[in-house]
Amino acid sequence: MRPVAVAAFAQTTHTGHDTGLAEAELILPIIRSVREQSGLQEFGFTCSGSCDYLAGAPFSFVSALDAVGAWPPIQESHVEMDAAFALYEAWVRLQHGDLDSALVYGFGKSSMGDLREIMTLQLDPYYLAPLGLDQLSYAGLQGSAVSSDVKKIARRSWESAQTNEFALRLPEPVETAPITDGAAAIVLVAGDLLRERTNLAYINGIAHRIDPHYPGMRDLALSASAAAAATAAGVGKGHVDVAELHVQFAHEETILVKALGLGAGTDINPSGGPLAANPVMATGLIRIGEAARRVMDGTAARAVAHATSGPCLQQNLVAVLSRES
Amino acid sequence: MPSEPNHVLEFPGGYTRSTGPVIGRFLTELRAGRIVGVRTAAKKVLVPPLEYDPLTGEPTLPEFVEVGPAGTVREWTWVDAPRKNHPLDRPFAWALIRLDGADTSLVHAVDGGSLKAMRTGLRVWPRWRHDRVGSITDIECFVPEVTTIVANVRTEYTVTPGAALARYLDALTRNVFLAGRCPSCRSVYVPYRLSCPQCGSVIEEELEVGPSGTVTTFAINNLPDPRAPQVPFVSAYILLDGADIPIIALLAEIPATEVVEGMRVRAVFEGGAVKWFAPEREA
Repeated sequence: MRPVAVAAFAQTTHTGHDTGLAEAELILPIIRSVREQSGLQEFGFTCSGSCDYLAGAPFSFVSALDAVGAWPPIQESHVEMDAAFALYEAWVRLQHGDLDSALVYGFGKSSMGDLREIMTLQLDPYYLAPLGLDQLSYAGLQGSAVSSDVKKIARRSWESAQTNEFALRLPEPVETAPITDGAAAIVLVAGDLLRERTNLAYINGIAHRIDPHYPGMRDLALSASAAAAATAAGVGKGHVDVAELHVQFAHEETILVKALGLGAGTDINPSGGPLAANPVMATGLIRIGEAARRVMDGTAARAVAHATSGPCLQQNLVAVLSRES
Repeated sequence: MPSEPNHVLEFPGGYTRSTGPVIGRFLTELRAGRIVGVRTAAKKVLVPPLEYDPLTGEPTLPEFVEVGPAGTVREWTWVDAPRKNHPLDRPFAWALIRLDGADTSLVHAVDGGSLKAMRTGLRVWPRWRHDRVGSITDIECFVPEVTTIVANVRTEYTVTPGAALARYLDALTRNVFLAGRCPSCRSVYVPYRLSCPQCGSVIEEELEVGPSGTVTTFAINNLPDPRAPQVPFVSAYILLDGADIPIIALLAEIPATEVVEGMRVRAVFEGGAVKWFAPEREA
């Protein structure tokens, strides 16, 4: 595989309410920040992750491009998923070898609508969506399948978030990720751009796998797809200092720690994780950014990032990052 | 989100989606009041049916199998406050239901009545909608298997109180408690009776007792009673002044938690009967 590394990461100071900024205005400062960090003004490829249902407007992601500057025409793509999956597309694009940089960003303002019911719209329209099965309900079904010390996970996440300047200032621990507005951006570099830089977090492995969509078709206490993605990304090939996991419900951490084979020597969600700030569609990308940041600042030699999509941890992306290519 | 939206995203009439042959068959069977699964090459029965085996990616067989209609609850989660899009407007459970004959679980609502009624292993049956259209919501919800019935008893009588009780009730209409004294053991009985239950002597001496008395013991009742002022209410044994055995009566006009043995109470009459007893107030 062609070496690819994270060269820059920025996120908004997330809020639990609408601050009055439109999506493009929300991402503008973080695009500027990753441009400064990476020293790149233009990128070979741009890919974003967002959900039009969050804004309630078809093709709303197109207007967010105003923050990037898309003229003269840029090579651009979008996934209707968390931007971690946009980062995967950008990583694949860089594997082609003809481009050396990519900008990835994701954004979401959950404050504007009813996130729990918006998430119903991602369910299959024949068997699940007509029931009105909402996000809290299907998460509750998975929660009942797994034995998990959710209070302990919630408290540790909350305590970790006290030193995260970007997280929400929650008055007490929560077991369900809070409604959050926010955005994040990452710059990936490859080829000659790697040689010009020293402070990089290399993506040593990245993979995503998917389980059956229907919750009744799989063992909800386990995550076969997260385990398969972890194996494909090479999580078990070395010690994991830090793991940033896309845990929107505390019990999911128990499932993911087992699936990824993480041991007691791994610091889980030192940022506080999504239980401290959950800007939907950027949350997974932030996991990669937080893992990369710890590799770049030297607090972790090897870090794992995880992102998820779909009901009950249906689809899972796992990335391994370190200073070594 | 503000309580009243200022922007609504809606597709009038909704999307028209093709079902394909497998989902279409399932929905058609639902409309007819049956639940079917589809068999995989490995002879597993998928419910609801899919076009492909999620384990292997192979097409499922063109073989539909009727399952259920009963099933067993596996994972479940309780909904205290149903959302407007939920299938029920009262508290219910979401559950993964393993229908009899199926190898996978169906997601649906269970109307168990209360959280206490829900458990893994609960046997449930579908509650069908009367007008079915070919939708997963043709099953309104699942309901627990019948394990109890309510047996109503009602027979009608004309009763008379008997000679002694008739005299006692007649005295009550004058706000008087009528008692009788045994000529041999001297015990005073209320209500008035014709013979002494201890020695069998015929009682002829009538006397008035009460209307005040002393609480000897009491019970706090948490089930409603049409005669009682509220729940919880207190029923007490009250030894009327001058009597040797207590009568049982309601005790009211005082919080249940403040009732004590030995407290002085006085009858409250209403409409020619004892409404209840109340704490005796200093005159």
